[in-house]
Amino acid sequence: MSMVDVAKSTQPHDVAKATAGHDVARATSLLCELTYRCNLQCPYCYNPLNMGRPSDELSGAEWLSVIDQAVDLGVLQIGFSGGEPTLRPAELVALTERATQLGAYTNLITQGTFLDDALLDRLLAAGLAHVQISIQAPERELAATIAGTDVHERKVETLRRVRKRDVALTLNCVLHRLNHDSLPEVLAFAEQEGIRRLELANVQFYGWAYRNRGALMPTREQVERGAELVAATRQRLAGAMDITYVLPDYFEELPKPCMHGWGKLALTVTPDGRVLPCPAATSITTLQFPSVRETTLRSAWNDSEAFTIYRGTAWMPDPCRSCERKELDWGGCRCQAFLLTGDAGNTDPACARSPRHDIVVAYRDGDGDAQWVPRRPDPALR
Amino acid sequence: MLLVPEGIVSLNDTAAAALELTDGSRTLEAIVDTLSERFEADTERLRADVRGLLDDLVARGFVTE
Repeated sequence: MSMVDVAKSTQPHDVAKATAGHDVARATSLLCELTYRCNLQCPYCYNPLNMGRPSDELSGAEWLSVIDQAVDLGVLQIGFSGGEPTLRPAELVALTERATQLGAYTNLITQGTFLDDALLDRLLAAGLAHVQISIQAPERELAATIAGTDVHERKVETLRRVRKRDVALTLNCVLHRLNHDSLPEVLAFAEQEGIRRLELANVQFYGWAYRNRGALMPTREQVERGAELVAATRQRLAGAMDITYVLPDYFEELPKPCMHGWGKLALTVTPDGRVLPCPAATSITTLQFPSVRETTLRSAWNDSEAFTIYRGTAWMPDPCRSCERKELDWGGCRCQAFLLTGDAGNTDPACARSPRHDIVVAYRDGDGDAQWVPRRPDPALR
Repeated sequence: MLLVPEGIVSLNDTAAAALELTDGSRTLEAIVDTLSERFEADTERLRADVRGLLDDLVARGFVTE
């Protein structure tokens, strides 16, 4: 052990180890999904198919109370997402200001179409610390095909404007079968634009992405080539660009550690005020999620069935129960267990030790679909 | 602790003190001298550890010029 010890990961679990026992739940990060509305129609969106009604969205005053309650609960990291959060600019500015005043670190997760200089000025004056901007592809035509709308050039302009400002910036690109082959151009684009932080996330299959998994599932060749290219680029650009590469769990032997433990560090509030242990948790249709319109955030975190049911390790069946990795993997992803097996209490089938791993293998090695459904509000699904 | 984009880096007392002293005006030697008085630690080891800390934080863009 060295005298000066800095944790190597920026994942929130560092703080849990530092400030609480390994088994203790401590709310550290909050994701505010301000709206499900978005001008893009990306088929890989993790948002639920049922996007609700804009008239059910929490008001600015309700959101301010969510921020106050979250910081009171111990939250240090606050993210604003959606849908597209800049579609509620007045609320976004007010919430950023409140969160900053209360000492939290603020992150805006946007696709950038509407982040003009006027809004950027207001957000930076309010204390915004970090902007994450996503692109769908490294060039206009493919980006328009994926997003269902031709806004790539506007997004790149936004990226360049944000790059010049005094705020941390991350470029994000979700990878899937339709754009995986353009990964070399994504890396070249990021380098050319002087990006310091690049997040390459292989698509995860929830919401619209689950519906479109046949068209989005990358091939094994794409995944392996991508990993090699990212490793070489990381080495070449060490110190200049920090690259996060989120592995596709369908191609791994071990599951991803679901939220670093269900109800352990993170919570999400949906546009209509439901409190979730994970942004994809509405996939689990057998759970009732508490609403900030009916209960406090503290009560939702401490007492609600939705948070306590899979907290810790006592709920686990075998093979997780007797697994030496149970406090590393936390049983994998509850949402994926539900979507693929019908029971959120099962071991994540992405794990090779799951008795239902065959389901993942069949999807992974299947022929796939040529078509996908664009993400659009569908009143029939409400 | 250090709040960074969508994450938290936990620092021990020595790392936090080293980072507080990294204000652009002090040299590595000055930082190590101050820390060695405050924490009564071996200078050689501190120098290596502080260099490791700063290299890491610079590589990740958390410490800049």
